Amino acid sequence: MADDARDAGDQGDRSTDEAALSARLRRLGERLDQERSSQTSRTASGASPTSDGSGLARGLRLSSELVAGVVVGALIGWALDHWGGISPWGLIVFVLLGFAAGVRNVMRAATIGNTPNDRG
Amino acid sequence: MDPIHQFEINKLFPLFKIGSAEFHFTNSAAFMILAVALTMLLMLGATAQRALVPGRFQSIAEISFEFVANTIRSTAGEEGMKFFPFVFSLFMFVLFANVLGLIPYAFAVTSHLIITAALALMVFVTVLVYGFWKNGLRFFKLFVPSGIPIYILPLIVFIEVLSFLSRPISHSVRLFANILAGHITLKVFAGFVTMLGGLGLLGWIGAVLPLGLTVALTALELLVAFLQAYVFAILTCIYLNDAIHPGH
Repeated sequence: MADDARDAGDQGDRSTDEAALSARLRRLGERLDQERSSQTSRTASGASPTSDGSGLARGLRLSSELVAGVVVGALIGWALDHWGGISPWGLIVFVLLGFAAGVRNVMRAATIGNTPNDRG
Repeated sequence: MDPIHQFEINKLFPLFKIGSAEFHFTNSAAFMILAVALTMLLMLGATAQRALVPGRFQSIAEISFEFVANTIRSTAGEEGMKFFPFVFSLFMFVLFANVLGLIPYAFAVTSHLIITAALALMVFVTVLVYGFWKNGLRFFKLFVPSGIPIYILPLIVFIEVLSFLSRPISHSVRLFANILAGHITLKVFAGFVTMLGGLGLLGWIGAVLPLGLTVALTALELLVAFLQAYVFAILTCIYLNDAIHPGH
């Protein structure tokens, strides 16, 4: 009898504990949701898209972006020369265009010229 | 002593034959499987308990999850979370392959262009397929920036297309070149230590400098291993963002 009563009391305690815990969890979840929605609104309002990426990570991107543009331009130009028989004009034109594409890549990587206001 | 020797692919045992082409299980394949197995072990083992207060391993798993999720949210927005499994798999695979490659006698999987190119092309094709599937022909707006005078528009579109085509190249070469160059530098400086060490007492004193550099470079390479995985993931997100919202 006495044991039963104590068990019941224990269970009562435990259920109130769990109720309190789940209430705290729910409040925490709500706060997290709020935080998250405010974060998304902040990023949506046009801050730099990679603002939390470390500077080093962004810096490492730049060098290869330029090279990649030139390489693609040269490859296309060489292929046109080879199969189109217009040597050397394909290579000349496409290396120049590839260089422009590389510069555009770097500008995009450095997030210059991504917003309409930046475009001159 | 040969600094390139570490990138050699060794055949471990033959798998199957198609026509005259033989397919072998290589050391590269072994380390790729090891990277995937370790990732799975970490994620499955860490989440087995599902403790409210996370232990060490669960903390690592949760931090990596949050890190990738935040990267996607900040670059591709909430819609980008559709691609979370893809980006997370890429990030963990590259990270584990990079870090495993730093262990002495291990093979650096990402130091081979074919591996990184396959990963980058996977992203490229995903962007193309998803972009056309979701936006249809509006996907071409990606190549037509707004507010450009009509007389230079053809030139600009051409340049934008070239710039788009150069993405898988810069995406793959960056990772491959960083890992390759890092491992060669490490090997060369470590080679100086043994060369100078063979010269007697004076050589031993001289060897202190390259030894110190090797230690410092190992730390740098650990940073590079992590950073390159991060750069690979963040670029994937940026490219996926173009597929989700073309022509911003």
